[in-house]
Amino acid sequence: MSTISSDEVARLAALARIDLTQAETERLAGELDVIVHAVAKVSEIAGDDVPATSHPIPLTNVFREDVILETLPVAEILAQAPASQDGRFLVPQILEEEA
Amino acid sequence: MSVTEELVDYADAVDRYDPVLGIEVHVELGTASKMFCSAPAHFGAEPNTAVTPVSLGLPGALPVVNRTAVEYAIKIGLALNCSIAQTCRFARKNYFYPDVPKNFQTSQYDEPIAYDGYLDVELEDGTVVRVEIERAHMEEDAGKNTHVGGATGRIQGAVYSLIDYNRAGIPLVEVVTRPITGVGDRGPEVARAYVQTLRDIFRSLGVSEARMERGNVRADINVSLRPSPESPLGTRTETKNVNSFRSIERAVRFEISRQAAVLDGGGTVLQETRHFHEDTGTTSSGRVKSDADDYRYFPEPDLVPIAPSREWVEEIRATLPETPVVRRHRLQADWGYADAEMRDVVNAGAVDLIEATVAAGASPASARKWWMGELARTAKTEGVALEELPVTPAQIGELGALADSGRINDRLARQVLEGVLAGEGSPEDVLVARGLEIVSDDGPLLGAIDSALAAQPDIAEKIRSGNLGPIGAVIGAVMKATRGQADAGRVRELILERIG
Repeated sequence: MSTISSDEVARLAALARIDLTQAETERLAGELDVIVHAVAKVSEIAGDDVPATSHPIPLTNVFREDVILETLPVAEILAQAPASQDGRFLVPQILEEEA
Repeated sequence: MSVTEELVDYADAVDRYDPVLGIEVHVELGTASKMFCSAPAHFGAEPNTAVTPVSLGLPGALPVVNRTAVEYAIKIGLALNCSIAQTCRFARKNYFYPDVPKNFQTSQYDEPIAYDGYLDVELEDGTVVRVEIERAHMEEDAGKNTHVGGATGRIQGAVYSLIDYNRAGIPLVEVVTRPITGVGDRGPEVARAYVQTLRDIFRSLGVSEARMERGNVRADINVSLRPSPESPLGTRTETKNVNSFRSIERAVRFEISRQAAVLDGGGTVLQETRHFHEDTGTTSSGRVKSDADDYRYFPEPDLVPIAPSREWVEEIRATLPETPVVRRHRLQADWGYADAEMRDVVNAGAVDLIEATVAAGASPASARKWWMGELARTAKTEGVALEELPVTPAQIGELGALADSGRINDRLARQVLEGVLAGEGSPEDVLVARGLEIVSDDGPLLGAIDSALAAQPDIAEKIRSGNLGPIGAVIGAVMKATRGQADAGRVRELILERIG
C-alpha cells in the first residue's frame, strides 16, 4: 500500500489554493495516509461481485420540470459579497499569474 | 504581449504536413430555466437577476436536473447518430475561477449521455466529409466576467473583474469530435462547415437559438500537424471560443501556418491554449497546459444517475425532424434555385424565412428577391439578423402578391416595404395610407399623356410617323407626373392608342 507523500500533499494544497507550511504538509501527509489506509480496507472486503458505485441510494432520473420559479433579490445577494459594482460582484484581478 | 509569429505560406504548410483537427462545440440549450435550478435561462436580463442559491453555489443548495435539458441532450445525441447511454452521471470538474461560484463546474466525465456518433458534413462543392463524434455531454455554463481597467478589456492588464451570474447554470451540451484526419488543405473549410452544420442541426431540432454572435454556440478548435498521415498525432494547440464561421476558418489556417513554421525551425509545438484575435486573424499563446488543469473530476454526489428509458429515447427519436442537409436539397429542388443562390440563402440564414414566405403565397423567386435584397441590406445596415427585422414572412408574401397582381410596381413595393419596416402596418395598410397604388384608371393617365405629348410636339410627331425610339421620353414624363404610380406598360399602350 503506497503512502501519501509530502509532495502529493503540497500539490493538492496548491490546486486547492491552501497555503500550508512545511510542518503542516508533513503532518497532513501522515494523517491522510491513515485515512487512505482505512478506506482501502473496503476493497479488501468488497469482492468482484460488488459493483463500484458513486451513489449509495439506488435512485435514478430525479428530474424537475422546466419551469421558472422565484429568484433571489439582487440587493440581497450582492450584500453577501465583499464588494460589488453596477449590480455585479467585484473581484480582484483574475489570473495575474497568466499575464 | 504581441509576439510576431513566424509563418509558413499556407500552401507550403499543407504540402509538407498533414493537419489533424479536433473540435469542441458548446451549445446553450434554449430551455426556459437553468440546468439545475428554476432560475430563468434567458439572455439579456439585468445582471444577477436570474440567480438562485443553486446558481450561486450557496451552502446547502441542492441541484435538481431539468428534464427538458436532458431531452434536448438526447435529441442532439440522436441527431448526431450517437448511442444514448443506458445510464450516465454527472461529475464535478474542480477549478478556481470567479465565474464558477461553486469552485466546480457540474459536467459529465466518464459517462456522457451520448457517444460514438458521426456527422456528415457537406462542403460548398458538394464533397461530403464524415466527422466522427466521440461524445456529447451535458454541463452548465459559467457566469460572465467583465475585465475592468485593462487597456483592451481582455484578461491581461485587467485591474479587477465584475461578475454576472445570470449565465451560470444555463444548460450546455458539449459535442466533441474524434481527431478529424485526411482533410489536407481543406481543413479550414471542413472546420467551418462542421460547425455550421451543427448550428443548423441545433436550430432544426429547436434545442437552441444557436446564434453564434450571441455566444449560444462556441467552438474550441484543436489543430496539430504531423509529417505524414502514417505518423503519430502531433502536439495540438486549442484555440478557444472562436465565435464566427469566418473566424473558425481563419484560426485553423493561421495555426497550420504557425505550427509549420515552428516545426520547420526544428522546434516543438507547445500544448497550450491559444486566443484568437478577430482583428488580425491571428492566435496568441494563452496558457500552457499544466498541473492547474488537474480538474480532479469525481462523481457529483448531489445528483443521482440518469438512466433514460429506451421508450423515452425512441419517443424522442420519433420527433426528430428531417436533417438540414436533406431539407436543403428538397427546398432547393422545390424552389428551383441555382447552387450559388441556395448557398447564399443558407449563409444568410434565410431558409426558414423564405420557406415561410413561400408558404404565405409568394413565389420562390419573389421571396428570395426580397429577403436577399432589400431586407438583407436593411438588416446589414441596422446590424441585426434577418429574422429580427420588424417584418414577417406573411407580410413579405403579401407584398409579393401585391406586386404580382400589378397593383404596385417594384419601386412602389420598396416604398410599401419601407412603411412596413417603419411599423405602419401590413403592406395593404401602408399602400392605402400612403396612397401608393398604381393608377389603373385610364382617365388620369390619358390626361398626363396628353400633357406630355403637347409639351413635346416634335416627339409626338416622330412617334406618329412610326419612329418609336423616343416613346420612352413620353412614358418618363407620365411616370413623373403620376409620381411613379403608373403601370409603364399600360402607359405605352395608351400613348400608341392616342397617337395612332
